Amino acid sequence: MTAEALLQVRDLKVHFKLRRGVGTPGGVVKAVDGVSFDLAAGRTLALVGESGCGKSTTAYAVIGLEQPTGGKVLFDGRDITHLRGADRAHLARDIQIVFQDPSAALNPKMSIADSVAEPLAIAGWTRNDRRKRIAELLDRVGLPATFAERLPSALSGGQRQRVVIARALALSPRLLILDEPVSALDVSIRSQVLNLLLELQRDLALAYLFISHDLSVVRHIADEAIVLYLGSVMERGPIDLMFEAPQHPYTKALLSAIPLPDPVQQRQREKIILTGDLPSPLAPPPGCPFISRCPTRVETCATARPELRPTISATEAACFLTR
Amino acid sequence: MSAATIPVLAIDDLVVEIGGNRIVDHVSLSVGSGRILAIVGESGCGKSLTALSVLGLLPRAARVAGGEIRLNGRDLLPLGEDALSDVRGNEATIIFQEPVASLNPLMRVGEQVEEALRLHRGLSPTAAREEAIAMMTRVGIPDAARRARQYPFELSGGMCQRIMIASALICRPALLIADEPTTALDVTIQAQILELMRDLRGDVGTAIVLITHDMGVVADLADDVCVMYGGRVVESGSVEATFASPRHPYTKLLLATIPTLHGRRKTTLRTIEGMVPSADSWPDGCRFRTRCPLADEACREVPHLADVGHNHAAACWHTARVEALA
Repeated sequence: MTAEALLQVRDLKVHFKLRRGVGTPGGVVKAVDGVSFDLAAGRTLALVGESGCGKSTTAYAVIGLEQPTGGKVLFDGRDITHLRGADRAHLARDIQIVFQDPSAALNPKMSIADSVAEPLAIAGWTRNDRRKRIAELLDRVGLPATFAERLPSALSGGQRQRVVIARALALSPRLLILDEPVSALDVSIRSQVLNLLLELQRDLALAYLFISHDLSVVRHIADEAIVLYLGSVMERGPIDLMFEAPQHPYTKALLSAIPLPDPVQQRQREKIILTGDLPSPLAPPPGCPFISRCPTRVETCATARPELRPTISATEAACFLTR
Repeated sequence: MSAATIPVLAIDDLVVEIGGNRIVDHVSLSVGSGRILAIVGESGCGKSLTALSVLGLLPRAARVAGGEIRLNGRDLLPLGEDALSDVRGNEATIIFQEPVASLNPLMRVGEQVEEALRLHRGLSPTAAREEAIAMMTRVGIPDAARRARQYPFELSGGMCQRIMIASALICRPALLIADEPTTALDVTIQAQILELMRDLRGDVGTAIVLITHDMGVVADLADDVCVMYGGRVVESGSVEATFASPRHPYTKLLLATIPTLHGRRKTTLRTIEGMVPSADSWPDGCRFRTRCPLADEACREVPHLADVGHNHAAACWHTARVEALA
C-alpha cells in the first residue's frame, strides 16, 4: 500500500440479490467481485471493459451511489465505505462525478450560473462569493462569462459538458470520477474536452477515476488501467505496458478489437475475434470468468479461479497461462 | 451505359429540406455491386437523412426537394408508397443502430427473418422457415432452429443485430443500408459483426452503404468513403487515398483529433475549434469556414467537389494547402 495514495480500494464487492419472479430465477449478481486499487493525486486510473463488467458499479460504490457488500474504500486514509447522511454529503467536497450525458446532468430550467453555483449554495457561500467563483470556474473550463445567464438548451453538447465539469470543480475536489465523459460528444469536440481534462489535472493535481469503453481515449489520458470482466479484474498495470504487451487473453482480444483509423494498418493487423457473447452475470462460469470465450483455455481454467499475479511485462494478470 | 457499369445506387444532386432549411444540400454519391461505401460525419451532417431518403423513410417533417435516387437504374423518388414497399425489404434494406428496438418484441425472431420472404417472394411457411434458418446459420447464429423460436428479449444485442442482418439479407437485396450498425454494441461484439459484414459482401454481392461516425469502422470495412459536413459531401474517394492524404481540411483535422495507439500520451490533442453548427446557423459559402484554419475570402463562395486525384475529390478552395496543415 503506497503512502501517498489518495484513494485506496480493497477487495471491493458489490453483490446484488435478485428476488425470484416471473422470468427471473433469482440469485446473486456479483457486479463487482474483489476489486482493489490505489489512486494517487495527479494520476489517472482507467476502469476498462464491456457492458456489465462492473466498471461503473465500482465507481458508484466509491462514492456511495451503490452500497458495497464487502471490502473497503479509503479516502485520504479514512474509511468511507459505509458513510451516510451528513458525513457522506460532506465528502462531496472532495469527490465529484461527471457523467456521460451532460444534457441529462443539467436542469434544463436552471441557468448555467445557477447550476454551477448549486454546490456552493449548499456549502453556504454568500451570493457575492458565489458570483466571483462562477466567473472563475467558467473561465477555468474555457467558457465565456456571458454564458452564465443562459440555459443549457442554448449550449452545444461540448459546452454543456464543460459546464458539468465546472460544477464538479466548484468546491475544489481532489478526486473526479469521470464516467464516459466524452462518449456522448461529437468526434471533433472530444479532443477539446480531453485537452481540458488533461490541463485541469496538471494545474490542480486532480486524481481521475476514468471510466471508458474507448481504449484509444484511455491510452491517451490514463496512467494505469484495470481491465474488468464480469466484475473481476483480468489485468492491471501501467498503461503503456498494457497496450504494448498485454498478457491476459481478454486484454489482447479487447485491444485487437479496436478498429484503428488507418486502413492499411487495420487491414493488415492480426485480429483476435472472440466467439460467443458475454455470459450472463447471473450464471457466471465456475473457475475463470473468461473461460467461455477464451481462445487459449485449458482444463484447469474450468475448476480453479486464477489469482492476479505478476507477468513478464510487469502488469498483473489473472490467468494460469500468462508468464 | 452498359448494364454492367450501372451502379446499384446512384444519388444525384439530392436536396432534403426540413422547414425551409436544406439539411441535405446537393449530395451525389454512388456505390457498385459488392462494394461498401461509408458515409461518415458528425451529428447533424445529413448522413442518415441521405440514407433514409433512399427507402422513402424520411421523418414527416422532412421532404425531398430535388435530385434523383436511382436503384439499378430506376428512379425511386417518383414511386408511390405501394411501389416503394415492394422495393423495401426486397431490393433495398436497412438495419439500424439499436437492433433490439428494431425488432418486434412480440414476434419470434425466426418469423421476423421469414417475413420479407413471405411478403415479397410468396414462399410457403415451411420453405420460408427453412430458408430463414439457413440464413440465420449463415450470419453466425448457433443452433438457429432453436433460436428461431425465441423472442428478441431472449437474445443478446449482438445476436439481435445478427437477426437484423439475416432479415435484411434474406431476399438477397441489391442494396443494404447499415446505419451505425455497431455503435450500440460492445467492442468485441462489434469486431464480430464487422467480420460478418466483410464476409457476407462477397457471397451475397450486395452493395452496402455504411453510415458511421467512427473512422476506425470506415478504415476496417469500407472501399470508398464520403465525408459529410453541414449537409454536403466535402470529400469522397477510395478509403486508401482519403485516409493517406485527406484533401479537405475537415477530414484532415478530424483524423488528427483522434488519439492513436502509438502517439505520445497525455499530450495536447489536435482540436477543431468551435462546435458543429446546427442547420439554422450554417454559414454561407463553405460551411466549414467558421472552424477552418485555412479559411479566407475565397471561402465565402461555395466550393464544389473537384477531382484531386484518381477516384478522389474534395470540395475546398485550398486543397493544395491541406497537406501542410499539421
